[in-house]
Amino acid sequence: MRSPIRRSAQAAVAVAALSLAAACGGGFDDTAEQQESGSASLTMLIASSGDAETEAVQAQVDAYEQESGNTVEVQVAADLSQELAQGFAGGNPPDVFYLDASRLADQADAGNLFPYVDQVDDVDDFYPNLVDAFTYQDTQYCLPKDFSTLALEINDAAWSAAGLTEADYPTTWDQLASVAQRLTTGTQTGLVIGDTRDRVGAFMVEAGGWFLNGDGTEATVDTPQNLEALQYLQTNLAAGSFAYPSAVDAGWGGEAFGTGKAAMTIEGNWIVGAMESDYPEVGYTVVPLPEGPDGPGTLSFTNCLAVAADSDAQDAAVDLATYLTGADAMTALTQDTGVLPSRQSLADAYLEQFPERQAYIDGAEYAQGPVNAPGAEQVLLDFDSQLGGLATGDPEAILQSTQTNLEPLVGG
Amino acid sequence: MTAAPAPAGGLQTRPLRGSGGASRAGQGRAGWAFATPQAVLIGLFVLIPILMAFWVSLTDWRGRGSPFSGSVGFVGFDNYAAILTEPGLARQDFMTSLRNNAWYVLLVVPLQTAIALGLALVLNSRIRAKGFFRTAFYFPTVTSSVAISLVFIFLFTGGGAVNALLGVFGIDGPNWFSDSRGLLHLAGDGLGLWDSANPPAALTDGGPLGLTWWDWLSGPSIALAALILLVVWTSAGGYMLMFLAALQDVPADVREAAVMDGANRWQRFRAVTLPALRPTLFLVTTLGLIGTWQVFDQVYLISQGNPAKTTLTPAYLSYTSAFETGQWGRAAAMSFVLFAIIVVLTTLQRFLMRDKDAIAERRAARAVARRRTSTTFFHADR
Repeated sequence: MRSPIRRSAQAAVAVAALSLAAACGGGFDDTAEQQESGSASLTMLIASSGDAETEAVQAQVDAYEQESGNTVEVQVAADLSQELAQGFAGGNPPDVFYLDASRLADQADAGNLFPYVDQVDDVDDFYPNLVDAFTYQDTQYCLPKDFSTLALEINDAAWSAAGLTEADYPTTWDQLASVAQRLTTGTQTGLVIGDTRDRVGAFMVEAGGWFLNGDGTEATVDTPQNLEALQYLQTNLAAGSFAYPSAVDAGWGGEAFGTGKAAMTIEGNWIVGAMESDYPEVGYTVVPLPEGPDGPGTLSFTNCLAVAADSDAQDAAVDLATYLTGADAMTALTQDTGVLPSRQSLADAYLEQFPERQAYIDGAEYAQGPVNAPGAEQVLLDFDSQLGGLATGDPEAILQSTQTNLEPLVGG
Repeated sequence: MTAAPAPAGGLQTRPLRGSGGASRAGQGRAGWAFATPQAVLIGLFVLIPILMAFWVSLTDWRGRGSPFSGSVGFVGFDNYAAILTEPGLARQDFMTSLRNNAWYVLLVVPLQTAIALGLALVLNSRIRAKGFFRTAFYFPTVTSSVAISLVFIFLFTGGGAVNALLGVFGIDGPNWFSDSRGLLHLAGDGLGLWDSANPPAALTDGGPLGLTWWDWLSGPSIALAALILLVVWTSAGGYMLMFLAALQDVPADVREAAVMDGANRWQRFRAVTLPALRPTLFLVTTLGLIGTWQVFDQVYLISQGNPAKTTLTPAYLSYTSAFETGQWGRAAAMSFVLFAIIVVLTTLQRFLMRDKDAIAERRAARAVARRRTSTTFFHADR
């Protein structure tokens, strides 16, 4: 029996060698050759909320092609982070792509991004805290194409049914708690908020806390401010006047709000489009989030147009990114898509057109961007999973474990 | 037990093997020539990628460019240490996923095997509309898991059909896919063993591998239980077909002989049918074991590991670690640990389900042979 074993071992080695030869024929290590600018061909990977957005982007890209002579292929990703990962691993990433602020640190840390903001003249026009969201270790990587903030949406019918008037719109935590209680009936919950850092975090900001300190060099999860925020939520969740969407059998706050299971919810400006298409008959008012012990606070969500470090037409890619974040293109791109322009100079014209989005724009001044540390996603997912049990859990233990997990990732 | 037909082989094939030296070499060469394209394909798409993935699990590759370039750092077994030995979130997540998957396997494999066998027995008996039932039982297996998962999401929502049905019996159903309470914790509550809100300190104080005993013994969460129902319902039909094929191979004469011997139905099942099904039983449980340890699509589609990480599985965790958070080395390490678990458990299962009679027979035959050689040797010595 010895020889068959040896022979199959030999065969395995032969197969391996042969396959390797075949596999490496193409090779991984193609060195990128820079294309001549002026007639470069670019690919742009975007995530789109629907046909309207895709068409708006395509129209602007067409205009850019006319002007520059470059050609741009727009690809709409079904799963942006997965398709990006494949592009980077294959050494052939899209030249320009959407990048969510929460993913910036990971991508920048891996060396995937080409920072181009220093080539742009009018960076001052962008909201500073949005540019900060795309700054990692003192390098500004890319320009925000638009943004969204959280505000409080109030169902008008439920509001007047509870005998409340415009003068009662809550501006403090105490008022929020008391109106939520008044609005809570058998089938309706006062306030429904998502059980993730992306909603709960707003309360932490209003209490003067956050996951990281101002310049992102230290984990500050386990603080009295954050504890105050979680305790406030816990009290109201336990009382039943606040609830998570799953508790009222809804997928997200907007669904609970639209179906009347929630009298109030905290969502971003994307809810405007969702309400229009899914629940057009529901009348509602948007007001800024009530102030906490430390004043006003909200969260911002934003995407930038990032340029790949491995792009073979970097100059043209930067050109495209700055064109699409320019005032003209941004005005067109924020028309139908429900997002807010990230340039301060466009705010007035935008509000003239969409006065009901005032509360969202107002938040831009003080909005907190996402946590900006590589590897933080797993820690924050763990935080989210613990928030589900907040009503009966121990807020201090949640903060302590998140602090322990986040500490090794920052300031290193 | 000796009812199963003896495998053809042994003595009969031996004379053939020894004949014709030259033509045998030619046959060998021809054989290799025919096998080579397939072997190269397997090497190219299976063997090499596995070796590459193993290399990735030993590096700190961040998903940019080739993992074999000089800029990628070799970190030895650090990635394995992070998920197996070093206290921290990475190990806690991985162990949570292993716990979930272990409960999942423990429930799915026996349930789907038993149900598949039951269905096959029913179909193998003399019932009417056999073709209709066969199609009906097999239907879930050929339907896309995406479609089935979507249907289950609607069935198991708080106000869905399942809870409406439970409501008829006066049961207030849970909000299935968002309920993270463990079944064993709930059972303990029901029996008065403990209070889940205030678990016994003996269980929460410590435990192996970063999770407390209380966490390990939670049982599947209600959300995971709903996934288990889905998977059992989907896969039982496929395995039923294997059992059905094996049942139709059980020799009729043996069954008749058992009837003549006065064996009742249960005895016939126990002593004739079941031993004849042993190879199929092994196949079904092995395939089940491998499939259930790799569960991914239902988690990806329905729960994404939520609620409270109780539907997190190693395969899904590995996927998110790689594609969402860019920790490719750790993700690859997870998949190799999962591979090791599957190999160990399959080997163990093979050992437990081995044919003890066959082994005893072989051992007896070997003993006889040894005695014979020793006697000839003894004689020669004389």
